[in-house]
Amino acid sequence: MPLIDYANPHRFQRLAARLIPLLGVVSGTLIVLGLATGWVAPADYQQGEMVKVMYIHVPFAWLSLGGYTVMAISALGTLVWRHPLADVSGKAAAQVGAVFCFLCLVTGALWGRPTWGTYWDWDPRLTSVLVLFLLYLGVLALWRAFDDPLRAGRAAAILALVGFINVPIVKFSVDWWNSIHQGASVSKLGAPTIDPSMLYPLLFSALGFFVLFLVLHMALMRNELLRRRARTLRILRAAEAEQ
Amino acid sequence: MRLRTEQLCCVRGGRALFRDLSFELAAGEALIVTGPNGAGKTSLLRIIAGLLSPAGGQIALKDGELPLGESCHFVSHHDGVKGALTVMENLSFSCALLGGIIRKEQAAAPAAALSRLGLGALGDLPAYVLSAGQKRRLALSRLLAAPRPIWLLDEPTASLDRAGQEVLAGMMGEHRARGGMVIAATHLPLDLDDARTLTLSVAA
Amino acid sequence: MNTFTGALSAVVLRDLRVALRAGGGAGIGVIFFLSLVVIVPFAVGPDMPLLKRIGPAMLWIGALLATLLGLDRIFAADHEDGSLDQLLLSSVPLELIAAAKGFSHWLASGLPLVIVTPLLGLMLGVEPHALATVALTLLVGTPGVTFLGLAAAGLSAALPRGGLLGAVLVLPLAIPLLIFGVVTTNAAIIGEGLGSPFRFLCAISLFFLVLGPVAAAAALRHVRE
Repeated sequence: MPLIDYANPHRFQRLAARLIPLLGVVSGTLIVLGLATGWVAPADYQQGEMVKVMYIHVPFAWLSLGGYTVMAISALGTLVWRHPLADVSGKAAAQVGAVFCFLCLVTGALWGRPTWGTYWDWDPRLTSVLVLFLLYLGVLALWRAFDDPLRAGRAAAILALVGFINVPIVKFSVDWWNSIHQGASVSKLGAPTIDPSMLYPLLFSALGFFVLFLVLHMALMRNELLRRRARTLRILRAAEAEQ
Repeated sequence: MRLRTEQLCCVRGGRALFRDLSFELAAGEALIVTGPNGAGKTSLLRIIAGLLSPAGGQIALKDGELPLGESCHFVSHHDGVKGALTVMENLSFSCALLGGIIRKEQAAAPAAALSRLGLGALGDLPAYVLSAGQKRRLALSRLLAAPRPIWLLDEPTASLDRAGQEVLAGMMGEHRARGGMVIAATHLPLDLDDARTLTLSVAA
Repeated sequence: MNTFTGALSAVVLRDLRVALRAGGGAGIGVIFFLSLVVIVPFAVGPDMPLLKRIGPAMLWIGALLATLLGLDRIFAADHEDGSLDQLLLSSVPLELIAAAKGFSHWLASGLPLVIVTPLLGLMLGVEPHALATVALTLLVGTPGVTFLGLAAAGLSAALPRGGLLGAVLVLPLAIPLLIFGVVTTNAAIIGEGLGSPFRFLCAISLFFLVLGPVAAAAALRHVRE
């Protein structure tokens, strides 16, 4: 077994240790700024105060897709460039992405309650996010199914790429499926022209959550590296006891 | 305590492996079962343990405290070790399952058994990190941690190094001195003093 | 008695640990359940009144299939690594050990299904006041399915590809649970209380709780070599 691959990438760990607190502060500031300006921004004439869920829901939706993209790029890193940190990054992206995806669904349901009169509707956007969530869960389940992180990483990378190629097809199919059922659809979550008073809070908030994504991604990568280090040390301990 | 088999027959896959096998074993005695592959060594051990029913014949344990099956330990090349559990969790499980009433004074036994077999420092490690030899030693530690009078060992020395084989020989000696029985199926030399040998041949 | 409870709780605890740790796959049943519920609207259309009508049925079918998933591993994994021999050599009756393994399996993979059911019911438009009833029927019914599956798991333990076979064996036998589970829920939706269908569901499930371990133990003793 190439134990060298488990080696602790000290440089990343040092960089992460310095960047995580710094970016954490930046992210917190931006999110507070975004949400505070969003709070005082005028309510939507149609959706009332409930529109303010948008300031977190929309960034979550973007970052759900962003997480999958990072995962796919990391998968290329694992399979093509064989970078030792790539599969660590892929796993971290899957974890953060899945959480943001889940939060996107929850906030979507909360938004839907006053808008549609029900927590859930099979609206094409929300349904697509739900399918994305299932794809995330599949990747995470695959990670858990292996106990050797290197093999798990390669398997998850292949799955991530297969999934990434399929995302547009899934999206297209879901939209098409919805279009043939137009009569039943009560979608109101369209993209209305957005007033600048709402645009700036949204941008701040989105930027803040994006930085938060980076912070969490880095922190999870650090945890995963420590976990692998602990695993290597255990294997070495068992091998030493043999002598 | 005496273990006695009378005219045991074993049929596997439509083929008679052995027929009319009778032997008797007293407390403290050991039996080495040898023979070529496919002669039915493993099947004989499984029949004694009650894991396999014989095609004919009888097995009886006389003057035993417990029924035959509950008096037997069976260690085979399947070590029965769960990789997801730690070494100690694996052994504690075996003790709870096979050891009967867990007495307070026995509480230290699993740790002692592990260190006897050279696994003392590895109790908190997940078992998937163990080598094949270490897994086998973990399986053998059950013999000490959950005392039972009859040891059925199927190729016990396979994947054990010399040190491990010596520990096993010592364990078997002590076990017999306490009045236990050992029946081992092997085609490797096994360090068992004045053991009787039963040679199975491939039936025509 | 001390021996028995100690050994049985050790079996429950061990199987729970194996299921919940990496490589155990305890959550996969829930993901499967969620996936099944998600594909239903794609098949029948996002038609809320229709989904509302078939919701309880879909939840029951989904939970039934998700429960069957992984049943075959209950004994097959122990057969492969040799620990089944240890279970058979215990002084605790094999029936009780099989029941302990079934209980542990249900805790790891059946109970999570029950917990997510209200959420999935919401997505299928099941009336909020009926959500608790669906969850309750599954809480009562899924142990019955799991323990029925124990018998199939025992029968297929020694087979290299027992997985699908086990599901095929169990599905027809689980029909009574499905019938009374769905009828109970539908009665709750139109505002009737838990009536005799629910009592039938409880009775059948309890019966399977006894039948399953006995059959599984018989299968392990006589079929496996």
